[in-house]
Amino acid sequence: MITLEHYLAVAAVLFVIGIFGIFVNRKNVIIILMSIELMLLAVNVNLVAFSVHLGDLVGQVFTLFVLTVAAAEAAIGLAILVCFFRNRGTIAVEDVNVMKG
Amino acid sequence: MIANDLNTVLPELILAVYAMGALMFAVYTGKDRTTPLLIWVTALLMFGLGGWIALMPDGSHEAFNGAFIDDGFSRFTKTLMLWASGLVLLLSKDYLSRNDMLKFEFPILIALATVGMMMMVSAGDLMSLYMGLELQSLSLYVIAAFRRDSLKSTEAGLKYFVLGALSSGMLLYGASFVYGTTGTTNFAGISSVIAAEGMTLGMLFGMVFMCVGLGFKISAAPFHMWTPDVYEGSPTPVTAFFASAPKVAAAGLFARVMHDAFGDATADWTQIIAFLSLVSMFLGAVAAIGQTNIKRLMAYSSIAHMGFALMGLASGTQEGVQALLIYMAIYVVMNIGTFAFILNMEKDGRAVTDIRSLGMYSKVSPGRALALVVLMFSLAGIPPLVGFFGKLFVLQAAVNAGLTWLAIAGVIASVIGAFYYLRIIYYIYFGAETDGLEVRMPTLHYAVLIASAAIMLFGSINLFGLEAYAGAAAEALLK
Repeated sequence: MITLEHYLAVAAVLFVIGIFGIFVNRKNVIIILMSIELMLLAVNVNLVAFSVHLGDLVGQVFTLFVLTVAAAEAAIGLAILVCFFRNRGTIAVEDVNVMKG
Repeated sequence: MIANDLNTVLPELILAVYAMGALMFAVYTGKDRTTPLLIWVTALLMFGLGGWIALMPDGSHEAFNGAFIDDGFSRFTKTLMLWASGLVLLLSKDYLSRNDMLKFEFPILIALATVGMMMMVSAGDLMSLYMGLELQSLSLYVIAAFRRDSLKSTEAGLKYFVLGALSSGMLLYGASFVYGTTGTTNFAGISSVIAAEGMTLGMLFGMVFMCVGLGFKISAAPFHMWTPDVYEGSPTPVTAFFASAPKVAAAGLFARVMHDAFGDATADWTQIIAFLSLVSMFLGAVAAIGQTNIKRLMAYSSIAHMGFALMGLASGTQEGVQALLIYMAIYVVMNIGTFAFILNMEKDGRAVTDIRSLGMYSKVSPGRALALVVLMFSLAGIPPLVGFFGKLFVLQAAVNAGLTWLAIAGVIASVIGAFYYLRIIYYIYFGAETDGLEVRMPTLHYAVLIASAAIMLFGSINLFGLEAYAGAAAEALLK
């Protein structure tokens, strides 16, 4: 029997993988974009699982909003990345370092 | 029903439809040649909407089953944001045209970001919160990278995007837990569940994640790392914009979520916010000491100021929200005045950001130097300028709420922070003489700089009645 906790555990694992993908990865900004997507999808798993568990449709409606916004976000992220690539000639994470923060 | 709903969201609707219409207009007519016109029309529309919202009668209206709330609190913040956005937009025009960036997307993106901000402070539901936040953030990512041919600007956009998306993810993850444990996304519903059952572990978990996400957006330490880089890399008008309206929106949203949704669990979140406030104040004060780039300096200054603003929220009382609103209003006025000056710091047609270039600026232009000194003193919070009263209100609210330790820490941080404001003043009056900045300054910037300084000087008499307006707004939020 797959219970709510199983879904939440999967979502938590995906979410943590997403966060680690952003912080640990030193190779490529595209991987960061994928990690962001993974985080948002983990949230969607959460929302749908809760929605089914509660017998309440609102969570699934929320998921549709999140999916739509995630698509827009990925589009904007890629656009900015293309501009950055034109100026810098690389998209390696360690080269995003003109300003020291 | 739907007519009532649409009537409640009319200001947002007008601005959103205007933005889309303006986009079509510009694409099909003169493209970038229409930019000056669009900037003026957008700014005037924002001033008009701001005035209209300010004059709306009291009362609270809900639209779309409570997903959108129009009350005194949202009207106060919306007026502030609309006027700030409009003013920054007008100030941007000169810089953009000098640097060959007069693109028609700029006013449209600012308008869309402003719609997002208006949604944020009016959110009454986790979904409308998310949509408003993302509309604002997505527009801001793009304008951070607005100078497409500049490496710094695109890097700023990229950094802002990655960390902004991360924070949105955190916020959403928290929101999903709040939904799952309370069974509703409506703030009023969440609040009534918490009142009935108390905070469960799941709710607490969700709330902490939401605080982290909102902390990113408001650039509170320890989630501030994007701020200095984004402020430095973005074109200066964009930095000026970042430092004004979006901060008000984030603070307003923070107060809205905490009081509307978690109002019955004050003890649980005030300690989180008190921690954010404490760290922000000290980090903003200490990390700015080594900076010589005025835009980075303003970034750390804004982190410190957000720390103070959060101190008001950390009190968890109506007085605290009032103090937060007063603080934000004063902060925005000071910042716009300061940026009116920074926008014109240039030499031989190139923007200068090193504060040492201000050496002996008092000789070049005594009037402007004096206005800048007043603003710097006010940012540092030195009496009798208005910036001091902003701090006084939050300190008072913190002490009355039993957070005396936080208030004392705030005073210490403010003293440390005064150092770097005073250093700018030192350069202006006693620094080593440099080749000097260009003297040229458009009338509008001059007027805004002087007006902002004058408000800081003469506002201390009665704060122009701000206290009463903010009080009414805070009352509407906590009702």
